[in-house]
Amino acid sequence: MSVTILGGGVMGLCIATELNGRGIPAAILGEAPGPRACSWWAGGMLAPHCEGESADPAVTRHGLTAADWWQDQGVPVARNGTLVVSLARDAGALSRFARRSAGHRMLDAPGIAALEPDLAGRFARALFFADEAHLAPRQALSILSGCLARTETPTGTVIDCRGLSARDALRDLRGVRGEMAVIRCPEIRLARPVRLLHPRMPLYVVPRGDGVFMLGATMVESDRRGPPTARAVLELLSAAFALHPALAEAEVLELGADARPAFPDNLPRIRRVGGVIHANGLYRHGFLLAPAVARMVADHLQHQTRPEFMDADHP
Amino acid sequence: MPVFYGTEIDSPLMLGTAGYPSPRILADAFARSGAGIATVSLRREAGGGQDFWALVRSLGVALLPNTAGCHGAREAVTTAQMAREVFGTDWIKLEVIGHADTLQPDVFGLVEAARILAGDGFKVFPYCTEDLVVCERLLDAGCQVLMPWGAPIGSGLGLNNPHGLRALRAAFPDVALVVDAGIGLPSHAAAAMEMGFDAVLMNSAVARAGDPAAMAGAMADAIRAGRAAYLADPMERTDMAIPSTPVIGRAFL
Repeated sequence: MSVTILGGGVMGLCIATELNGRGIPAAILGEAPGPRACSWWAGGMLAPHCEGESADPAVTRHGLTAADWWQDQGVPVARNGTLVVSLARDAGALSRFARRSAGHRMLDAPGIAALEPDLAGRFARALFFADEAHLAPRQALSILSGCLARTETPTGTVIDCRGLSARDALRDLRGVRGEMAVIRCPEIRLARPVRLLHPRMPLYVVPRGDGVFMLGATMVESDRRGPPTARAVLELLSAAFALHPALAEAEVLELGADARPAFPDNLPRIRRVGGVIHANGLYRHGFLLAPAVARMVADHLQHQTRPEFMDADHP
Repeated sequence: MPVFYGTEIDSPLMLGTAGYPSPRILADAFARSGAGIATVSLRREAGGGQDFWALVRSLGVALLPNTAGCHGAREAVTTAQMAREVFGTDWIKLEVIGHADTLQPDVFGLVEAARILAGDGFKVFPYCTEDLVVCERLLDAGCQVLMPWGAPIGSGLGLNNPHGLRALRAAFPDVALVVDAGIGLPSHAAAAMEMGFDAVLMNSAVARAGDPAAMAGAMADAIRAGRAAYLADPMERTDMAIPSTPVIGRAFL
């Protein structure tokens, strides 16, 4: 059996890597990792419990396996957990988040200071999700891509992982726009992603090392892929300023936007359309769920199983 | 059932479409709520929201586009005109936001925009305060529906000024009145309906509940109960106990 993967984003690269690891040769037909893949703009948080606050339980269940998978591929994974905070005037948000998620413990101010000294004195309480992790998406994509063969013409079994571009075959796929910023602020050090709960503009800050942080991400029901709007940038930077005023002095290195592929329940799908297998709809859970979907696709090819995320055939 | 600009809607629950965990859950919430009208925002999704709008259209309820996020009359008018093109309806929920923190309506800009839009053939549903004079001005401007807030948008505080809302109902017995914004619990919605409001509009109370569809069902039940209670003509409140069985003549030993 040989396999051709259409699309070189996180979905395609993970499936090809998983297949190769099982001895099934798979080649990528698509561009090398770059800004045209929406995973290029991702946060890279492996936060199955935090996402479980609003996502289907399947996201948490399958997301729990992601950090190990990435580490097994030689991708550096920081396993320092996630810190979740809210502003004093919105204290109820933290309690609600705690109620609706698992795998956390509540920290008081000294507890926060011990974990993240630069946030000392800024928050009275925080939720700490010790088992969560993060990675650097562009590094992860490059590492996978570097180990994979490329092809110009599809041969063998075709797996379509083109994300939003596959809407020609997947009519119920839609775009959910996200906008992000990358800033440099050497004054601030964070060891782990910090999420700021806010009723109107929730924010996460993911440390990339060397004083560089990724700020994300908006969620807009739109498939527009153009540059970020002023409103989005204002919101992201205002929320960052609320997290720590020193971030107002940061250099803005990059602003980015893209549209995430999503199905109506915001869960991924593996679907046969004609002779092609589609794997798509990772929504905001690309790095979190791609390993699990890749395993399901590989199981399906090897053992003809019908995995959890596989829906009815669409011949 | 409420009548807006001559159209009877088969539910007094109007539900927003923003902020649900997924479109699937949004659809489940609508199914459980029995809502007859869906509000939908044009502004944030401008230039790429077609997929989401198609999902909202597939809910099979009347659409009420809004001008959420507009901070001036001119901006709101432009957004309303775009919404008419996109959604093919002359209904518009007119929001002109006057304060960034409270999202309180700018009632001056609201009246101005309502006059322009009504003159342009729109059927305007203005998001306003419970101020009697503002409401009179909106009616003068051509509105046939008033949508006073219960409390600030997304606050879930309920009906902050029950006296004001009751006074509004008494002042405009023949105008369709909708409590819009501030609802957090079914009891808030029931209270508005008990006062004789024609409908209740909410979004966050359902979308941000842990189980939006279950909350939508609870809201529908509360609204049904509140409406039925209003029509049943509730008893008067008194400061004195009035026993339901006569005391005089009762055997006592």
